[in-house]
Amino acid sequence: MGQKRRIVVCAGAGCFSCNSAETLSTLQRLVKERGVETQVDIVPAGCMGACQRGPLVQLPNDDILLQGVGPQEAAAVLDQVLGGPAAPAELKLYSAREPDAPDAHFFQKQQKIVLENCGRINPESLDEYIAVGGYQALHRMLSEMTREAVVAEIKKSGLRGRGGAGYPTGLKWETVAKMVNEQKYVICNADEGDPGAFMDRSVLEGDPHRVLEGMAIAGYAVGANKGFVYVRAEYPLAIKRLELAIKGARREGLLGREIFRTSFSFDVEIRIGAGAFVCGEETALIASIEGRRGQPRPRPPYPAESGLWGKPTLINNVETFANIAPILTKGGEWFSAIGTPKNAGTKVFALAGKIRNTGLIEVPMGITLREIIFDIGGGIPGGRRFKAVQTGGPSGGCIPEAHLDTHVDYESLQTLGSIMGSGGFIVMDDTSCMVDVARFFMEFCMDESCGKCVPCRVGTKHMHDLLAKICAGHATMGDLALLEELAPMVKATSLCGLGMTAPNPLISTLRYFRDEYAAHIRDRRCPAGVCSMDAVEALR
Amino acid sequence: MSAPLTFDDPRVKRVTREMKLYDRRPDALIQILHIVQEIFGYLPEMVLRLVAKELRVPASRVYGVSTFYHYFSLKARGDHQCLVCMGTACYVKGAGKILDQLQKAFGVRPGEVTPDGKLGLAQARCLGACGLAPAVVYDEEILARVDPAKIAATVQEKLRGS
Repeated sequence: MGQKRRIVVCAGAGCFSCNSAETLSTLQRLVKERGVETQVDIVPAGCMGACQRGPLVQLPNDDILLQGVGPQEAAAVLDQVLGGPAAPAELKLYSAREPDAPDAHFFQKQQKIVLENCGRINPESLDEYIAVGGYQALHRMLSEMTREAVVAEIKKSGLRGRGGAGYPTGLKWETVAKMVNEQKYVICNADEGDPGAFMDRSVLEGDPHRVLEGMAIAGYAVGANKGFVYVRAEYPLAIKRLELAIKGARREGLLGREIFRTSFSFDVEIRIGAGAFVCGEETALIASIEGRRGQPRPRPPYPAESGLWGKPTLINNVETFANIAPILTKGGEWFSAIGTPKNAGTKVFALAGKIRNTGLIEVPMGITLREIIFDIGGGIPGGRRFKAVQTGGPSGGCIPEAHLDTHVDYESLQTLGSIMGSGGFIVMDDTSCMVDVARFFMEFCMDESCGKCVPCRVGTKHMHDLLAKICAGHATMGDLALLEELAPMVKATSLCGLGMTAPNPLISTLRYFRDEYAAHIRDRRCPAGVCSMDAVEALR
Repeated sequence: MSAPLTFDDPRVKRVTREMKLYDRRPDALIQILHIVQEIFGYLPEMVLRLVAKELRVPASRVYGVSTFYHYFSLKARGDHQCLVCMGTACYVKGAGKILDQLQKAFGVRPGEVTPDGKLGLAQARCLGACGLAPAVVYDEEILARVDPAKIAATVQEKLRGS
């Protein structure tokens, strides 16, 4: 008898709602009934990526990934692992031994750093995280490295903030580290307000200790002894697993006082957000942690100088923190060799919309949009035509077919009038109306504007009304001219990132799909058939 | 209507206990409001006044915070809650139509409750379950890849079944 064989069942939010819990319990029951507990382990794990095919089950040695495994299929899966006949062929999604299978591209073009443990280890077990090398980076750092050396390593890696803006992480750490103050804080931004993005959720659900380890390393590097995770209330499973992870780490002395018997102490608390997109803005997030309305304030001073309760504060996003431990383990040079020279490492994207393979992917920076959408995503279903891909959420833009060969990095996306954002990737086919999409995002920004500054509060409302007028078929070319005047003005004069980026979807759709706007205004016709102008006409 | 809340109500006592756990720190306001909403399903005015007093923050600030964040509600929720995800992925797959259908079938707008108090309709920014788009959450259950033409009937059936 060799090693115990592991059957890993996806317990990420996507598979959970396809009832993977029942698959898990059925497998566990069968193992007991057949008395094979010594041979097989049934393990729940975080997101495996291919969310649309759930519930997903991974067979031993990561060789084979099965899709759509309900409780009825459990017996056949167990048979196969125990050396019996193979499970029905339609269950098989991917096998490492068959590189030519149609779905193989989904896995081959990916490179996993942030998600390397997601879908492999039980996120509720500290032991499993330690078994795959967890907390070793923290230990090595505390015993061998100075604070300066840690910051230098992060700088060398070329890691840039994965929250969206792409500010160099090492530089941010250095600024906070240089501040002289007896009290500093580390904040993990897990609010993830972008609709259409679920990377942070999946990392927290699938590998919470990785984030905590990254935060503790940051705490040591910048000289902070207290961390906060600001997480969305809409993510109850992530909150639960994070709470468990914090408790487990505290119990084993990996968080709390005198970690690894050194003089370094670091503890983490959870703060639950309450639904405000503007809290992605760091000064607004800080106000929310302090128990106030999440309204931003002008910068400088930056949080690095004066943040939470006026103390120097480091704020990074979940994915940024998840990159830290591997960088320290394998070195900054290893990391900087992945991706492109100015955009090191990988990026996790949430693929959704009109695309065959929806789910979570991690790819090296510099991959093209076409590779993501057609090789990994499998293209557009239903024989439809690709129209645009929306990146970066409400602050991003829509990229048309002509630019599909663009390399994905912070600068290229910006040149196209979009942004990386936190990593939402929504594909649209010819049934989507781009004017309606712009209106949808403007409505979102209007609702989410905190109301503090006039350009954003009034500007988004005004732009939304104009867009709604176009969708309803009541607009004139004068309205379009007004929109084109308003958009850059709101961009230039708003106080924070929300207002500064709110016009982006409008500007980018105007740039690439101007004929659709013209069709709505001149011909009172929606080419995609989304806007129902007649109905509105009748109401007047 | 149910009887007005009093300080003897065990739920009110629980809120008081939770505030003690946070040392009645003013910065715990949002966390306390989460607890109140979890216990009552919404934020009753009487409890908000109590929270203001205990945490020593002005009632105006408690009101300001309660209304600023979308997650908090000052109105009682229905016995059952139907939450339509309006995230981008769900939207491009027809979430707008789903919302329309539900509004028509039950005669309520998002954020409202049916006159009999049975069903509350609400919209979410994004559930982060974009692989299941369009998604609707009925109470705790996620309904994945919802068909706009069938959603009203599905919810009707669930209401009758409960």
